[in-house]
Amino acid sequence: MLEINHLRHSYGSHEVLGGIDLKVDEGQLLCIVGPSGCGKSTLLRSIAGLLKPTQGEILINGVPVAGTPDNLAVVFQDYSRSLFPWMSVADNVALPLRRKGMSGARRRTSALEALEQVGLEGAAAKYPWQLSGGMQQRVAIARALAYRPAFMLMDEPFGSVDAQTREDLEDLVLQVRGVHGMTIVLITHDIDESVYVGDRVVVLSKAPSRIVGDLSVGLPYPRDQIATRQLPEFVRLRADVGRLVRGVPG
Amino acid sequence: MTAVSAQRPGVARRVAGRILSLWIMPVALVLWEVVTRWIQAVYFPPPSTVLVRLHELWFSGSWRTFFLTDDAIGNFLPSFTRLAIGWVLGCAVGVGVGVALGRSTRLSAYVDPLVHFGRSIPPPTLVPVFLVLFQFGGSMQVATIVFGVVWPIMINAIEGARYVDRQYLDTAQVFSLSRLDRLRRVILPAAAPKIFAGLRISVSLSLILMIISELVGSTDGIGHRMLQAQGLFDIPTTWAAIVLLGLMGFLLNTTFLLVERRILAWHRGARRTD
Repeated sequence: MLEINHLRHSYGSHEVLGGIDLKVDEGQLLCIVGPSGCGKSTLLRSIAGLLKPTQGEILINGVPVAGTPDNLAVVFQDYSRSLFPWMSVADNVALPLRRKGMSGARRRTSALEALEQVGLEGAAAKYPWQLSGGMQQRVAIARALAYRPAFMLMDEPFGSVDAQTREDLEDLVLQVRGVHGMTIVLITHDIDESVYVGDRVVVLSKAPSRIVGDLSVGLPYPRDQIATRQLPEFVRLRADVGRLVRGVPG
Repeated sequence: MTAVSAQRPGVARRVAGRILSLWIMPVALVLWEVVTRWIQAVYFPPPSTVLVRLHELWFSGSWRTFFLTDDAIGNFLPSFTRLAIGWVLGCAVGVGVGVALGRSTRLSAYVDPLVHFGRSIPPPTLVPVFLVLFQFGGSMQVATIVFGVVWPIMINAIEGARYVDRQYLDTAQVFSLSRLDRLRRVILPAAAPKIFAGLRISVSLSLILMIISELVGSTDGIGHRMLQAQGLFDIPTTWAAIVLLGLMGFLLNTTFLLVERRILAWHRGARRTD
């Protein structure tokens, strides 16, 4: 599905990505976790085709990424600047579908379906800025879902919402995973979140970052905010990831 | 029940506040009337005389022509036509070129000095040039208006299009929007608050330039009519034209602001919740 080979990126003389090799299988929910400033966002922007890597290559389904792939959607951290304030919620969700040659009515139906999936069917006619932060991020997720990408990237999607909303949104991601056989890569600095949401966690080191850990998460589904976090397996994985993030030898 | 009773005094108070805030208008009028009657200066007729003249001259026509007299139709219509054509052309060119320059760093590197030179020329100084170029008749006035309004519109459009939030553009790219969609649905709306700031300036500016160009070289129009009255020492008519222009400016600005409020409603809403 996604294949990254020897990816390096530097801003001037400052090397951020120091050679990343990674393979992600179809349908996987991969969490990439690392200390702040480790180049997580650079990695995501490279995969999304927003940034040309200094070296190395990124392949999606065997095709090198040049520009933004058609079958990829991104959920950004800053929802307030990623949703367009001049469009209603439904129009925001429907906008990317214009490229798919759907009729206006079809686009609207798809948008409403996606909003229903994230529990926001009542907010279609509102403007994004009339909603709370958590709801806006749901709209952003709905927009990505309506687009039916093979591949969804999430860049610290829950970094700017409160703890309760964060848990709700984590559960939303778990709920939509596997819809349309989508592969999800979620970037976060939150160790608990990466273990709770992911079925695989990749740990990046400080810049110039490299992959220092690659763990498979065997926690059962459905996951539960309280019960799952109490499992010995969860506690063990969290400790492992935590040590790797801090660079402490296990 | 409580909601209704709580709302009523609020609305009533707002309306009362509106009316009260208008008290300055009649007071100023009365004051003007008293002072002019008292000093009896020929060049400062009392407002009652001016308003009577305004009515007689332009607004005492048949209901079929919306109460406009022949004099009004013969002069307002050409003035308005030039104003409208000049403003619309200026907007089209200003916004079109401005957005193109704002989005292309290469293009604007070449053209920016030209834009700053052009905007520095006071438009009335070009009236003689346009007179030679277009002779008498409407195109000279239109050219003056276009040249005057195009710069503030363009400068604001450049600014607006240049500083579109990075994340808006990233989003447009990630979702593979077509170039046209990107322009129409992302860049233009994002730049709209700035663009409208330029348009707002240009409304009053176009009125000023309409009058100046008509004062210098025209055979009809409000400016021409004013000049004619001045030549005949018809002071009340000159003043009536001034009042008329004031009213026109007020009307144009109010209409523009209403349209702007509608189109930019999202902007005010989003800013309030930021």
